[in-house]
Amino acid sequence: MQMARVIGDVVATRKDPNYDSIKLLLVQPIGADGKDVGRALVAVDAVGAGVGETVFFVRGKEASFPWHPTEVPADAGIVGIVDHYDVP
Amino acid sequence: MILARVVGTVVATQKRAQFEGSKLLLVQPETPQGEPKGATLLAIDSVGAGVSERVIVVLEGRAAGEALGKKLAPVDAAIIGIVDQLDYVE
Repeated sequence: MQMARVIGDVVATRKDPNYDSIKLLLVQPIGADGKDVGRALVAVDAVGAGVGETVFFVRGKEASFPWHPTEVPADAGIVGIVDHYDVP
Repeated sequence: MILARVVGTVVATQKRAQFEGSKLLLVQPETPQGEPKGATLLAIDSVGAGVSERVIVVLEGRAAGEALGKKLAPVDAAIIGIVDQLDYVE
C-alpha cells in the first residue's frame, strides 16, 4: 500500500458496467515526509474518501476485493483514511 | 520479497474491515547496503515489528493476504520477518 492525498474526483459516464456506482478519485502518492512521490493516478474508492483527505491505497487486483464477487477491472483502490501518521 | 526499514506508524479509523486489529507500518525499501531506495510504502505487520527495525516485506497481494490470515483482504504488502543479520558478497 502507499499513502496518498486525494486531489480530485473523476466522472466517467461511459465505462465498464462493473464500475456502476463506484466512485473514482484522483490520488497523488506521498512519502513518509508528506511530499509527492511519482505521478497521480485514478483509484476506486472503497471507504468513502473525499478531496483533501490523506488515504492509503492498494495496488493490483486486490483493489477490486471490496466489491467481491463483482469483478471490477481496477488496479488501484483506496482502502483506508489516515487519521494521523508518526515518523519519529 | 524486499528488504526495508520501518520508519513510522499509521493510524486509520475508517478502513476496510479486513484491516481491523492489524498494525500498519510505514516502511522504506532499502538496498542490501542499507541505503533508502524508492518510495515509502505502507505494509501490514504480521510479526510484531517496530520503528527502526529492518524487515522483510512481501509485495504481492495474495501473499500479503495470507500473512494477514484473512480472505479477500485488499492488501498488497506485508511484513513477514524481522532481519537479525544479513550477510552478502558484493
